[in-house]
Amino acid sequence: MLDVQAHLPVLIVTIPLICGVLTIATGNGWKPWAWATAVTGTVFWLALQLMQQVLASPTGMVSYELGNWPRQWGIEYRVDALNAFILLIVAGIGFLTTIYAKKSVEKEIPADRHNFFYAVWVLALCGLLGITVTGDAFNVYVLLEISSLTVYALIAMGKDRNRGALTASLRYLILGSVGASFILLGIGYLMMITGTLNMQDMHERLMSVPGILQSRTVLVAFAFLLVGLSMKMALFPLHMWLPRAYTYAPSAVSALLAATATKVGVYMAFRFMFTIFGVGFSFVAMPTTLILAACASAGVLVTGVTAIRQTNLKRMLAYSSVGQLGYIVLGFSLANVNGVAGSVSHILNHALMKGGMFMALGAIVYRLDRCDIRSVRGLGRKMPLTMAAFTVGGLGLIGFPLTAGFISKWYLVQGCLDRPHMWPLAGVVLLGSLLAVVYTWRVVEAAYFQEPDDDRPVQEAPLLMLLPMWLLIGASIFFGINATFTGKISVTAAKALLGVGQ
Amino acid sequence: MTDVLGIYNYWIYVVLMMIGLYGVIAKPNLIKQAIALGLFQTGIFLYYISMAVIDGGTAPIWTTIEDGAQKFQGPYDNPLPHVLILTAIVVSVSVLAVALALIINIKRSYGTIEADEIERMDHEDRLSEFRAGQALDAADDAEAHHHA
Repeated sequence: MLDVQAHLPVLIVTIPLICGVLTIATGNGWKPWAWATAVTGTVFWLALQLMQQVLASPTGMVSYELGNWPRQWGIEYRVDALNAFILLIVAGIGFLTTIYAKKSVEKEIPADRHNFFYAVWVLALCGLLGITVTGDAFNVYVLLEISSLTVYALIAMGKDRNRGALTASLRYLILGSVGASFILLGIGYLMMITGTLNMQDMHERLMSVPGILQSRTVLVAFAFLLVGLSMKMALFPLHMWLPRAYTYAPSAVSALLAATATKVGVYMAFRFMFTIFGVGFSFVAMPTTLILAACASAGVLVTGVTAIRQTNLKRMLAYSSVGQLGYIVLGFSLANVNGVAGSVSHILNHALMKGGMFMALGAIVYRLDRCDIRSVRGLGRKMPLTMAAFTVGGLGLIGFPLTAGFISKWYLVQGCLDRPHMWPLAGVVLLGSLLAVVYTWRVVEAAYFQEPDDDRPVQEAPLLMLLPMWLLIGASIFFGINATFTGKISVTAAKALLGVGQ
Repeated sequence: MTDVLGIYNYWIYVVLMMIGLYGVIAKPNLIKQAIALGLFQTGIFLYYISMAVIDGGTAPIWTTIEDGAQKFQGPYDNPLPHVLILTAIVVSVSVLAVALALIINIKRSYGTIEADEIERMDHEDRLSEFRAGQALDAADDAEAHHHA
């Protein structure tokens, strides 16, 4: 009998990889969905186990060498508090969105393609989980491409509702491939100078060899990685692929992507900037703080204003996602404990809120077949639970007290104030919240204070959609009231990344 | 001079990559964009392979010497980048396959593969959606006036 506990890090990738492909063979109807739910449920359970293992481990991390090859030659999977946390988010959101997907996919994807849809869906999760778990730089690239390729396919599956999905997908494919190629080049330059692909070994060699950090090879590697990663995490102004992709993708896919894909991009940035290059190089020797903070603040403000002007609500949330990503990047660009902790906790909080909000929009599409600002008029009475979920999620985006968004913004503002001369950034955080008030209020006003266009009766969304939606929104309230768990994990992770004592 | 010419394969890699990047940005034809993307990635493969080479290196293959012992014949090139690039080639072929599949579908639903024309049609799609909303708003206003 296989000892599951000893092989958790690798099982969390191989199970969705193998089972994802098998999904195609499950035929049609409800079976592919049931299979995908079982697989993602298993993965979520594995992620929970792994989290427990990491917390119980005396070194604070779990290392797994694939095929027992020592890490100099083989691939090492290395899980610490940060990975385990991101894994838990990706696996948990993946599980809930899979449950949610059933109704939404029935409505939006032709019945003969459901097995392919769920196969690609599970493989996309496999890629995202793989990036998070691995400790090998080249492995990151391969799994990044697995997740990207499957995401392009998932977005393009929205083509039966709107042909814009095809161009959105192709545009993302080209930008995403260029971004991934930059990452590949950066990894190449790093391998050239350190002679290894293991992240930990890379870091040790960069730190121990005198003069190596001043070499041009390392500078070029850093520049390529910074640009490539910014493209992948849709940092303003390299975000152009994101609004279209989220708008035209099937609703379930938008919910999954908004909650997980860019977050894993941020995680990669953490790994490369903090774990490999180290804070001293990334944020002290290089003007990274300035570049990232400027892009992130501009992103928060510009996309906030753009979101206000949108009539399509999915597009509005997509722009808001770029803005919220700006907060996350702003946090870690400060390179102090509060900033990075705010960034880590906002990864979870934004995933919960935005995932729930995209699910609410998907439920509106399910009932009304559209989701523009007109279609939600008077919907507060017709679909009370869905609109309430959307509203609570919106309060979270604003950073209203008692929602999870408040906790992360608190850390972020603290982080801005902790750094000398950086206090104006706290103003950016607050101004961004004000913009979020405006674009959330437009929807709330339409839903609760305006008369509907017609008296057509509209049913509340089905239970299978409401349940995962409210689990996410409920979790965002729970973590807003009880921030002990997220606070502890994000501060631990921040301290580990920054290399300061516990 | 030999410093510059001696590393000519790195020059080729940079030139190839820039040609590819230019094509991706500047060419409106989607097939040409896909080709340019392929070129861009091929440049990177050349870079990886070049970095494995050492002066006088051979393939890392065991050869049997007279007394029966197995040995490497002299210094050998680093095989690791070659293996990595095998994987990267597979990835780039898959990317190209997905891109071509998308382009076929775009041709079917738009009737063209010129990016600027597609952009215009997408814009019109969005504009007509927007105008429909505006017309409804105007109708609402007229009705409100009527009641007043």
